This record gives sequence, structure tokens and C-alpha cells, in this order.
Amino acid sequence: MSTAQLRDTITTRRPSKGALVAGILAVWLVAWLVLRGTHTLPLGAAQLTGLHEWLNDVNDSIGANRNSNPLFLYFFNIIRLIVDEFTTFIQTVLSEPAFDSPIPMLGWLGVVAVAGYVCYLVANIRVALLAMAGLVFLGLQGLWTESMDTLALTISAVLIALLFAIPLGVWAGLSDRFNRLITPVLDFMQTMPTFVYLAPLTLFFLIGPASATIATLIYAAPPVIRLTAHGIRSVPRDMVEASESLGSTRRQTLTKVLLPAAKRTIVLGINQTMMAALAMVTIAALIDAPGLGKTVIKALQTQDVGTAFNGGLAIVVLAIILDRVTTAASAKARPSHTAPSRGAAMLRLPMLIGGGVLAAIGVWLSRTYVWAAEFPADVEIGSTIVRATDTATEWVKDNFAALTTDLKDVVSATLIDPLQALLVQSPWWLVAAVIIAISVVIGSIRAAVVSAVCLALLVGTGLWQDAMTTLAQVLLATVIVMVLGIVLGVWMGRSPRVDRVVRPVLDAGQTMPPFVYLVPFLALFEATRFTAIIAAVVYASPVAIKIVTDGIRGVSATTVEAATASGSSTWQTITKVQLPMSRRALTLATNQGLIYVLSMVVVGGLVGAGALGYQVVAGFSQGQLYGKGLAAGIAIVLLGVMLDRMTQAAAKRADRPS
Amino acid sequence: MTTSQVHEERGRHEDEALAGESVISVRGLWKVFGPRAAAVPNSPKLRELGRRDLLDRTGCTAAVRDVGFDVAGGEVFVVMGLSGSGKSTLVRCLTRLIEPTAGEMLFEGDDMLAANHKQLRELRRNKFSMVFQHFGLLPHRRVIDNVGYGLEVKGVGKTERTRRAQEVIELVGLGGNEKSYPDQLSGGMQQRVGLARALAADPDVLFFDEPFSALDPLIRRDMQQEVIRLHREVGKTMVFITHDLSEALKLGDRILIMRDGEMVQLGTGDELVGAPADDYIRDFVRDVPHGDVLTLKWIMRDPRPDDPLDGPELGPDVVVREATRQVLQADKPVKVVSDGELLGIVGDDEILAIVARQESGA
Ligand SMILES: Nc1ncnc2c1ncn2[C@@H]1O[C@H](COP(=O)(O)OP(=O)(O)OP(=O)(O)O)[C@@H](O)[C@H]1O
Ligand SMILES: [Mg+2]
Repeated sequence: MSTAQLRDTITTRRPSKGALVAGILAVWLVAWLVLRGTHTLPLGAAQLTGLHEWLNDVNDSIGANRNSNPLFLYFFNIIRLIVDEFTTFIQTVLSEPAFDSPIPMLGWLGVVAVAGYVCYLVANIRVALLAMAGLVFLGLQGLWTESMDTLALTISAVLIALLFAIPLGVWAGLSDRFNRLITPVLDFMQTMPTFVYLAPLTLFFLIGPASATIATLIYAAPPVIRLTAHGIRSVPRDMVEASESLGSTRRQTLTKVLLPAAKRTIVLGINQTMMAALAMVTIAALIDAPGLGKTVIKALQTQDVGTAFNGGLAIVVLAIILDRVTTAASAKARPSHTAPSRGAAMLRLPMLIGGGVLAAIGVWLSRTYVWAAEFPADVEIGSTIVRATDTATEWVKDNFAALTTDLKDVVSATLIDPLQALLVQSPWWLVAAVIIAISVVIGSIRAAVVSAVCLALLVGTGLWQDAMTTLAQVLLATVIVMVLGIVLGVWMGRSPRVDRVVRPVLDAGQTMPPFVYLVPFLALFEATRFTAIIAAVVYASPVAIKIVTDGIRGVSATTVEAATASGSSTWQTITKVQLPMSRRALTLATNQGLIYVLSMVVVGGLVGAGALGYQVVAGFSQGQLYGKGLAAGIAIVLLGVMLDRMTQAAAKRADRPS
Repeated sequence: MTTSQVHEERGRHEDEALAGESVISVRGLWKVFGPRAAAVPNSPKLRELGRRDLLDRTGCTAAVRDVGFDVAGGEVFVVMGLSGSGKSTLVRCLTRLIEPTAGEMLFEGDDMLAANHKQLRELRRNKFSMVFQHFGLLPHRRVIDNVGYGLEVKGVGKTERTRRAQEVIELVGLGGNEKSYPDQLSGGMQQRVGLARALAADPDVLFFDEPFSALDPLIRRDMQQEVIRLHREVGKTMVFITHDLSEALKLGDRILIMRDGEMVQLGTGDELVGAPADDYIRDFVRDVPHGDVLTLKWIMRDPRPDDPLDGPELGPDVVVREATRQVLQADKPVKVVSDGELLGIVGDDEILAIVARQESGA
């Protein structure tokens, strides 16, 4: 076949890809009508499979041998001990009673004063004031101890993470070989749904602060490793050569040239790590991490919207403080800056000393007087917030119940139920065949093999039906994410003005810990599958929208102009030029959307999603369901790997020049 | 004697003169990028391959091929060539910022390639330094700390460092800017910082890799004057990379022209213009105002029997432009005389040939 012919067959075959998928789906529907209800692999709520019981046994035997098995004695237990000690130490500074005294080393006034001073040192006075006001607000909410617990866990996880992450990042920045080695590991760490490693971690490190800290640092370390490496790599070659040509040793080049020049990027990485840590610390409440996460989870489980909102608000306040401080610190760390004005320079020293003295006074007061140690309970506004939220929720329920119920019911009846029925009631081999066939058509043979393996293992977990229920919700949420992504992404990509307005909202959405989303939707829609889907959509949309926006913007202006010049309408330009040319961005957005949606499955389990998410949550709290919960976690990973490989293969295909 | 004989004569004479006091001496230098690069210079077959063939056959690029030359103390040695001809690679090999693949390099008589890391660092700290095309300044340091960087890594104390840095900052005409950050300075000023940084450790040799290419023409001319002035004041040996012929002619005592990693010609400016080795060089020098570069010895002819030999006398190294008036005003041909010996004569025709060439814009 000549290349021209080959190209012809390829181009004539391309449009048939969609048709093929449609054909597969049609066959599936017909087969479903005939075969539904057979071979569906059901498993009752209290039923366990051999695997689940075996996992329970493993858990028990690890529990029994924790103090005799050498691997535990000399490895896991030591890590647990060190992490525990460190975390507990930070807690005694901020939140837990220290030694013999009934209060932490720093009372609330001390924390506020020290935080203000530190923020002033690393950032600026404005941020320092904001941080102090934010902390006081947390106290007023009646959540001082909980907030400080969360803060302590976040800080200790971030510090430990940085201890490893920055050297690793530097290494990855200096060595191509190590960079190639670590990149896939980081990818894996970041794409793995967060809840999934909570359970195995508790196996090794017990339930409690150590597991919470370790889970947090696993989740939070990748951004700073990546950004450190990136920062080091982007230092201009000229600068490094200049340093070498003057006879610097490698260490001198690193400490005097590379690190200072990469400082800003590294601090940006610390910012991202900090935000990820905060999000994870709240989630780690599932394995008994103390703090705000626990407050929120308890409230979610009892559907106490007011308390959940108060707790969620505190998380947001904490997130804003941490984000603003680290962002301002990174801005200050930019490689050079205009020399400060004379006046500012003269003020600097007195401010430094004065601030230090004030902070010291605050600490002293907080260790001497009760009013400065324990946040006064009589100036509390937390209960007002709780009550106001409850009232507002009631009001909304009373006035919009019809609307929200209708919306919920319509979506459930027309979208969730049919899709779920199709997936759950089909024979398992039929679903497997369909998924494998689709992997081949949109992806590659390799992706199909991965799908087949994942599906086989899914059957092995004994949670096939739950997996299908979860898959239905995940697919639906992803479709909604993509619709939003394309509509908003195209709009933002075409109009810088819209971009300017929407982007900050997306940024804010991304810095907020996922729990917080749940609260308002829980209030509106109660604990249902619908609520879980909406929460996942809200969590996953910003990424998808941003990727699509970048893709649309990446289409060269000349091409768009040429299309306009040849008389295309706006709609034609979008559908015939901009969207096809950002095919890669679209598949990437789908991929990321899926991953983000998946990582919300467990959170969804808390608010009525049922299925795998619920099994994971139940596994944490009920001993005899531990094995089943672990299997559910594995099932989520399997779904994730399968969908990720499939979309990545599709993305690769979209990449190929036509 | 013909002109080419003059050329050879002088070339040999100079080579001998320089050999004794050469600071840098390079023989058979190769730098090959790519897989199993070391095999290329050793294989008689691969050595001969052109750029494309070599890449196709081995996946390697020979950025420097079999280059050899000597740089005399106090000389300004210019390396010139089009983009991609291997100039940067060559100068980086000389300082071992990249390791040569094969060849010999002597610095003040010592084998540079045998130096270990520590010795190399000592050389870089004390003997030579480099100025870069894109300056390579450290944006997080003030001018004074940039200039003092080399002294800092050497372990010089802060007071001494500051004093010395201040001194070279004044020398390059940046007094008053020591507290600024690099991004607060114009391109020309930034390169002065680069220059000051290179001078701070008082090195014997300065390497310049296209230091002025990123500057606009007026500032470039200023900076060239600056280098000429510095050379006059501090008398350092300089290896200067450029792709700009007029810059090369203005600064260089001798000029090495490279193409595709190979040496094409090495000589003084008037040698390149007067006796280009091949069409590549001829093309290169075509736009140069010949009258500004050539000296009388390049245009003189042997006296014919009917020539009157009682005209005015001039030396063989007088530039044509400077001799033009005198030759045209005299009604007899000018005699070119060196040490009382008559080398040849220059008449109106010879002068006009050059002037006409220049005016026709060739
Ligand atoms: N690190 C490298 N790896 C592979 N090839 C290289 C490398 N550095 C340079 N080369 C190749 O060597 C050749 C010479 O490059 P070099 O940078 O020395 O040229 P140059 O004369 O300095 O050009 P310019 O005027 O553009 O700076 C080029 O073909 C380039 O592609
Ligand atoms: Mg170069």
C-alpha cells in the first residue's frame, strides 16, 4: 500500500471511530434487554468473600505480631514512633496539653502573636494581619483546639515532607536519570485516590496521628518535589556556566546559584504542598486524625448541616491563611526586587525588633494568664453561625424543596438510574467485553489488555456490583464535568475578560479542601447519590475547565483568523477549528476529570453515594468490615488505573498527526 | 617577491615568534557530541565524513574538528564563524566547561587535559575567566556581589572582596551602580557587570563568547571601545568569539575562521582580506571596506623599468586609506620601503582599484 493510500484509509476510517463505539453500545443495549439480571455477581451488605476474610485475618495477625515481627519492630514501629513523637510535639506546642500543664505550650494569644510575627518575617505585614485576624476568627467560631490540631498535623506533615522532598527535588533537578526514575512514581502518588492508601497505612502504622501524618505527607510531597526539580532545571544554562567558569565547586554552584535562583519556584511548591496537606489532614479524620476534619465528618454523618458548615468554614479560613502566607512568601522570594525605599529600609529594623518583642509578650501572657491561654468561651460566635446556617437551610428547604427535590428526582430517574441499571444488571462478562472493546477502539491494544486485567481483578475483589454502581456515578459525573469544561473552557479560551472573572473562582475552588463542598449540597439535596455526584463535579471541574481553556488558547491565532476570513461563523470556528485542534487538551481534561472524580468517591460514600465509597468508610469504622473496605479501596484503584490508561491511550492517539 | 610570498614569509616569521611565549597551545582538538563520540576522532574513515553523513552514520555531531593554534601572551585572538560553526564549543573546551573528545591543550606549558577537578578549579579561580553572551548574571545578587562572586567562591574575605569588586566596577565605568540588581540595568550595563566579574580575580586570560551579540549596535560599539581600552590598560590575553567580521577586525590581532567545526584560515585581518584561503572566506570579507584593512604591502607591485623611483617613501604596514591622499597627490608612484629595502611601488591605479571597489559597494 502506498503512503497516499494508507493516509486515505486512515482518514476514511477516522470518522467511523464514533460509529464503532455507538455500535458497541447498541449491541450492549440489546444484549442487556435479553440477559439482564443474570450473572450480576451480587454480594449482600454483611456478606464477605474469602478475600475479605483473608484480609481481616491479615489485619488481625499483623495486629497480634506488631511487636514481635522484626520488620515491624525495627522498621514500621520506629517510623511510627518518630513521626508520632514529632507530631505530638507540635501538637503540644499548639493544641494539646503540654506535659504537666493543662494547656499547650502556646496559648491562643501566643499562637496569634507568633504566627503574626512569622508571617511578617516570611511575607509582609498585610498578610501577617490577615493571618492574625483569621486565627482569632477560628477561636471565635469555638473551634480553637480543633483548628490548632489540624494546623499542627498540617505543619508536622509539611515539615517532614520538606525534609525529604527538597533534597529529592534537587536531585531530580540535577540528574536526568533520577528525574526519569522519579517522575512516574510521583505521577502514581498523585493519581492514586487519596483514601485508598489510608487503609493499608493503618495496617502498618495503626490508626492515629502517625498514619494521618504519613498519609498526608505521601499525598502532599509530590508538588514540592516536582517544582523544586523544575525550578533547578529552569535556571539559565549561562548562570551555571558562569559560576563554574569562576571555579565554583558543585556545592557552591548549588547553594549560591541554583537554589537562590530557584527559590521562588520552590516556595510555590511549598504552597501547593501546604494546601494539599491541609486537604489531606481533614480527610485523614477518617482514620481518626484529630481536628476540624473530625468535626465535619461527625456532622456529615449525623446530617448536622449547621455544625458541618461551621467546621467547613474554619477549614476554609485556615486554607486562606496558609495560601496567602505562602503565596506572599513566594512573591517576596522572587530572585531580585527593586531595592526597598529608604524609608522602608529604615523602618525595617525597628519593626523586626518591635514585632519580636510583641510576640514574646504574647507568648508570656499566654503562659501566665488563663484568658490568654484558653480562648474565652463567652465571646463565641460559633453557635450563632450554626444556628443561622440551620435556619437558612430550613428556609431553603421550605421554599425550594419542590425545586431541589424535582431536580434531584429528575436527574436520578433519567440519568443515574438507567446508567446504573445498565451497568449493574448486565452480566459481568458482557460489561467486561464492552469495556475491552471500547478500549481497543478509542485507545490501543495495550489499553485493552490493561482493562482486561483490571476487570478480572475487579471480579476478584468480590465487589463487582458496588464497582459498577460507582462506575455509573463516576461516568456520569465525568460527563457533566466535561460538558462544563468544554462550555466554560471555550468561553474562557475565547474571551480574556471571562477568563479574568472566572479563573480566580476556579483557583479558590481548587485550594479548598474537598469536604467543604459537601456541606451546602448536603443541605440542599440531603445524603443521596445526586449530592455525591454534584460534589465530585464541583471538585473536578476547575481542572478540566483550565485544561480546555489552555487548549483553546493554544490554537494559533492565525488559524482562527484564517477560519474567520474564509467566512466561518463563530459556531463553525469553534466546532470545526478550535475544538478539533485542541483534541489533545480535551482528552487530557477527560483524563484529569476522571481522576479527580474518582478521588471523591470515598467522600461521596459519606453522603449517600453508597457502593465502593461507603464500603471504604464502613471498613474504617467496623472491624469485621475491614477486609471488605480494603478490597473496596483496591477496587477504586483498579477502576482508576483502567480509566486512566484508557483515556491516556486515547490522548496519545489524538496526539498523532492526522 | 609576490604577495603570497610575503604572506607566507610573514606567517612563518610570526609563528616562530609566538611559539616561545604562547599562553594557550592547542593541537588536534576534537569535540564530538553523540553516542560513542570518542570513536569518531580515532577512526580515519569517520574523521573524513561531512556533517550530514556523520550524523546519519553515527548520530554524532562533530562541533570542533581537528583544531590547532597558539595564542600568544597579551594577544587578542578572535574566533569567528557562522552560527553553529562550533565557536562556543571550542571556547568551552578551552576552559574545560565541556570535555574535549580528543586532542592536546597546553596552558602556560602545562597539560590542561591532565588537570584534575581541583587543579581545574584553581585555574578557573586564578588564571582565566569568561564573559558570556547572555551575561549569566545572578539575578538575586546586587552588582557588587555579582562582581565579587569569583572571589567569594575562592574564599576571599568580605572586606577585601568588596574593595576589589569596587575597584573593577570603577574600571568598567559602573561606579554608583554597585547596589543595583542586574534587572535594573540596561543590557550594556549588565555586560559591563559580566566584564567586571571576569576581571575581578585578575586572571591572565579572558574568554569572551559573543559578549556583545545581544546588544544593540550603538552600545556594542561602546563596549568594543571598552574592551580595546581595557586591553590597553590591563594588557590581558583575550580569546574573543564573534560572528561579526567588523568586530573581529576591530579587536583581533589574529583571527581564526571556522566552518562546520573546522579551521578554515588563521591570520591577521589584512591577511584574511588580502589573501582569503577560499571562496568561503572571500565571501565573508567581501563587504569589508578593503581600504580600511589592507596595507600597502598587499597592493604594491614590482617596479617596471619605466617607473620613476624618486617618489615619496612609505612603510609596508601603512593602511591603504591613510596612504590614499599622499599617493594620489604625488605625481610619481610611492615607494614601499622597509629597513631601507625597496619592496615595491604603489601608484594611482593600485589605490584607485581599492577605492573603486569600495565605492561600487562590493
Ligand atoms: N550539548 C550539545 N549536544 C549536541 N550537539 C551540540 C551540543 N552543543 C553544541 N552542539 C552542536 O555543535 C555545533 C556547534 O555548536 P556551537 O554552539 O559551538 O556553535 P556556535 O558557533 O557557537 O554557534 P552560535 O553562533 O549560534 O552560538 C552545532 O551544530 C550544535 O548543534
Ligand atoms: Mg555560540
